[in-house]
Amino acid sequence: MEHGSFTDNSAATFSLTDEDHTIANAVRFTLNQDPRVTFCGYSIPHPSEARVNIRVQTTGDPAREVLKDACQNLMLMCRHVRSTFDKAIEDFKASNAVKAMKIDSLDSSGDDSEESE
Amino acid sequence: MAEGVGEEKKKFSIWDLPDVPMGQVPPHLELQRSRVSCNKDAPIHTESIQYSGAYASMGIDNSSRLDRFSNNFRVEVVQLNKDDMEFDMIGIDAAIANSFRGILIAELPTMAIEKVLIANNTSIIQDEVLAHRLGLVPIRVDPRLFEYLSENDQPNEKNTIVFKLHVQCKRGRPRITVKLDALKWLPNGSELVKETRNATSDSSSKPETYTYFGCSQETIPEFVKNPIIPKYPDIIIAKLGPGQEIELEAHAVKGIGKTHAKWSPVATAWYRMLPELRIDCNCRRRATVARPRVCTLCRECIRGDDWEKRVALRPVKDNFILKILEEKCERVITELS
Repeated sequence: MEHGSFTDNSAATFSLTDEDHTIANAVRFTLNQDPRVTFCGYSIPHPSEARVNIRVQTTGDPAREVLKDACQNLMLMCRHVRSTFDKAIEDFKASNAVKAMKIDSLDSSGDDSEESE
Repeated sequence: MAEGVGEEKKKFSIWDLPDVPMGQVPPHLELQRSRVSCNKDAPIHTESIQYSGAYASMGIDNSSRLDRFSNNFRVEVVQLNKDDMEFDMIGIDAAIANSFRGILIAELPTMAIEKVLIANNTSIIQDEVLAHRLGLVPIRVDPRLFEYLSENDQPNEKNTIVFKLHVQCKRGRPRITVKLDALKWLPNGSELVKETRNATSDSSSKPETYTYFGCSQETIPEFVKNPIIPKYPDIIIAKLGPGQEIELEAHAVKGIGKTHAKWSPVATAWYRMLPELRIDCNCRRRATVARPRVCTLCRECIRGDDWEKRVALRPVKDNFILKILEEKCERVITELS
């Protein structure tokens, strides 16, 4: 899974099976953001085989740790995206419901309609 | 600007220059970093500058820390219907947005018909064509209530949905069109009896069928009021002439789009960058773009000779409009939560 050298563990290639661009590009992006990384990239050795090679070279830290941190960052990012997305959906629905109720209250004369805030 | 070095070596720092903002990328580089410039011949600056040390010589940290991401990231929903949805993600990079798109298309599970047991088919539609058409039918059910069915499992009420189709066109009647509303849900499991070689089987015991339902699916609370039906009951499956008959049973299982496109929950999902149009004109009256969202980047506006100087077409690199057309929009939202 990890191809590196025994003496120098700051550079390694990680070979992941059953993966494709979906996770590889996202991990490569978060790896690039890490200041400890000097080089990172991914390649797909053959398109018929679902295997991805991710190459990481760091400024001294073990490559394995850096990759783990990058994956953790990606997970946290996705979690944040998910919560923001949920909130945006709720806000949208609430504002639509409010709009619908406002139209109702304009139609019905003099009635007080309760708005859920 | 500072003069060239003469006899004396004058040390000056670049920060002394008046037009360089402290701690920020200068405006022309900021433009290069965050916008794609669509020129007449080709777009430039399309790649995103991800490397953490990219602006190190300026003393700027390009590495993205989670708190900065959390502060800048926004989602704005533009449109939310039962069947499609459009929303903006601002502050995210193309790599992650593309991963979301790929996951939407290929890795969200749904239920679709996988096995079709055909008892009788005298129509002109071949068995395999009929089975293929049934497989592509969207079923209105929440896949999270079901488990995956693997090779060694037995089909039971937790991983299979059984439908039955039995239509015939009697002699002397006109041709009939078989639509999906003829597909009936069998909450009690399969009704086709398996042939057992065991001659000594007790005749009073229940005959063995192709599924092993422990209890009726109707008793599951989600299905009490909502029977499982196909989403669009007016899809045409086959056409029968007089004297032809179709009798079959279809078993639906859970799967993901990667295995076969019939399990993909979305009709399609795509994203694009929000275009920003800037019209620079030296005249006194300024023109602004009324509806930038509608811009399709056809570049008509920069085609003329002079226009290029005046119109700058610049998609924003981190503002993505994601449009999802799908059968069950709500389910994607709740699936993500």
